[in-house]
Amino acid sequence: MSRPKGMRLLQGNEACAWAAIDAGAEFFAGYPITPSSEVAEICAKELPVYGGVYMQMEDEIASMAAIIGASLSGKKTFTATSGPGFSLMQENLGVGIYQEVPCVIINVQRVGPSTGLATRPAQADVMQARWGTHGDHCIIALSPASVAEMYYLTVRAFNLAEKYRTPVILLSDEVIGHLRENVALPNPGTVEIINRKRPGGDPKAYLPYQAEEDGIPPMAAYGDAYIVHATSSCHDATGCSNSKPETNKQLLKRLRDKIYNYIDDIVQVEHFGPANADITLIAYGATSRVCKQAVTEAQSEGIGVNLLRLVTLWPFADAYVQQALEKAKAVIVPEMNQGQVLGEVQRLNCVNTPVYQVSRTDGELFTTEDILAQIREVAK
Amino acid sequence: MTAFKYTDYLKTEAQPYMWCPGCGDGIIVRALADALAELELPPEKVVIATGIGCWGKADDYFRTHAFHGTHGRALPYATGISVGNPDLHVIALMGDGDAVTIGGNHFIHAARRNINLTAIIANNFNYGMTGGQYSATSPLTARTATSPRGVPEPGFDVCALAQTCGANFIARTTAYHVLQIKKYIKQAIQKKGFSLVEVMSPCPTHFGRRNFPAGPLAMMKYLKEKAVSISRYEKMAAEERSEYLATGVFADNDRKDFLTVYWDLNSSQQASGGAVNNEK
Repeated sequence: MSRPKGMRLLQGNEACAWAAIDAGAEFFAGYPITPSSEVAEICAKELPVYGGVYMQMEDEIASMAAIIGASLSGKKTFTATSGPGFSLMQENLGVGIYQEVPCVIINVQRVGPSTGLATRPAQADVMQARWGTHGDHCIIALSPASVAEMYYLTVRAFNLAEKYRTPVILLSDEVIGHLRENVALPNPGTVEIINRKRPGGDPKAYLPYQAEEDGIPPMAAYGDAYIVHATSSCHDATGCSNSKPETNKQLLKRLRDKIYNYIDDIVQVEHFGPANADITLIAYGATSRVCKQAVTEAQSEGIGVNLLRLVTLWPFADAYVQQALEKAKAVIVPEMNQGQVLGEVQRLNCVNTPVYQVSRTDGELFTTEDILAQIREVAK
Repeated sequence: MTAFKYTDYLKTEAQPYMWCPGCGDGIIVRALADALAELELPPEKVVIATGIGCWGKADDYFRTHAFHGTHGRALPYATGISVGNPDLHVIALMGDGDAVTIGGNHFIHAARRNINLTAIIANNFNYGMTGGQYSATSPLTARTATSPRGVPEPGFDVCALAQTCGANFIARTTAYHVLQIKKYIKQAIQKKGFSLVEVMSPCPTHFGRRNFPAGPLAMMKYLKEKAVSISRYEKMAAEERSEYLATGVFADNDRKDFLTVYWDLNSSQQASGGAVNNEK
């Protein structure tokens, strides 16, 4: 398959792989796992055509390590996995965050824990994406809800990774990964591409972890005249390990600030339905597609309901969710887990709006009726 | 005279080394810096990649590019670094715990793939940094912090393992044989593909204290006397061999490295043409 031209029936995972290539990815390292394998298969075939390298590693630990190494060598890098593989990546995900290494992790979620219902859909890695690696850290995670969005959010994941020097997770799910929809990929030249900030000036004066005013240090590549020392241990601006308590305190603050100071740039949501409604659904990923249908049908039944879709899952869309809790008389949170985003919504619920959960953990996508039943119940 | 001095590669201001008296790691650092200088490799073309442990701290002393990562993962980081920029000389420094215990799976696959990098294993037969517990190279029956009555498992022969996996260059020496360390490191760096230099390095503080009661000097003397060339070792009877350590070059091959084979198979003409395009 060469690059699809014009309107084509494409799978989410296929759109994701082409997006990575269009975003400038030159290195993929991964370990095959369903339901993400198509991303790897397309990369194996197509990356060399674009001058890039596909590596099939011995496991996901090595895959995550290899994309960190290649990113420090100056390449845009990514991997694709699902639940158990994502678990194995957590150790090195922390390394990428701490060393400020741009890279993208595609997680096409399936039912867990453990091997779970291989390989049926779930949305149960939400908290693992946020807190899976040890230590206090921030993360960016995006949640696509269509094949077209697998494309655009993958490109966005690369751009955010480069801009903020951090690993970014595309938290998809089996439904969207394997969904086929008619989409036209944009001309690669028309897609906005962001590249990491590079250093200038005297190489001898370069400090690889000296942040500029925006909180982000310019990034030299191994092999440049600028000598780079990257460590997974606490480090100061030189990049060398430094075990002073104050150093770690300042570093963790900067790593947090460089994401939370740009929350308006990073956090995206989508509103669907009337601006004002008694009931608001808060959903993401495959579930949000079903919610749209439920909103439309409930409207035709005369129930005032709308949807707040979380396009960015992390950092969490606090302001939008707070606003929804303030405006609606009731909020419903449907998700394919036992209540991971539900907990975040409740955290923000200072106004005591009734919050209802709709949960599915049987590896089946919600039906419109599942959501409608809860809407009707709340509307009574 | 070479254009470079060994001090061009070292942060001498970071010295003295953090390692214990009698440890072999400082000897290997100097040998590596000498090798880099004699090969006249610009420091900005060299990446030192390390994992965790005593020898994993070595990157702190180098004025080259450096990568220090989590325990056992030096080789997959180094794989990405090397494949990401093939012009770099990537040198992975690992202890025996890092390289062949927690990192054993990565080790066999990096060697099998023949990734273009140089692995220098400082083998002190135990986990020095963590307090002297046994590793996958601790000899059967050796005393360690977690084998007070003797290690119940046989240890790996690191060079034999690398040979089975198909590494291009494999050599072993000891911290006592200083010039040999430098010589083998130079050969390893010059070899394209996966190269291994194993240096048997004394750990008087933990392994030595428990297994060489006569002290650090006795351990160094042991390395001097028991390290014999491969040719001498091979002439020994089987029961005599267990008393000695074979040193020398075990493999010196020119199998194509991973990236060369990858691009041989994936020249852009092939990739966009029929060879790979086996679907409808």
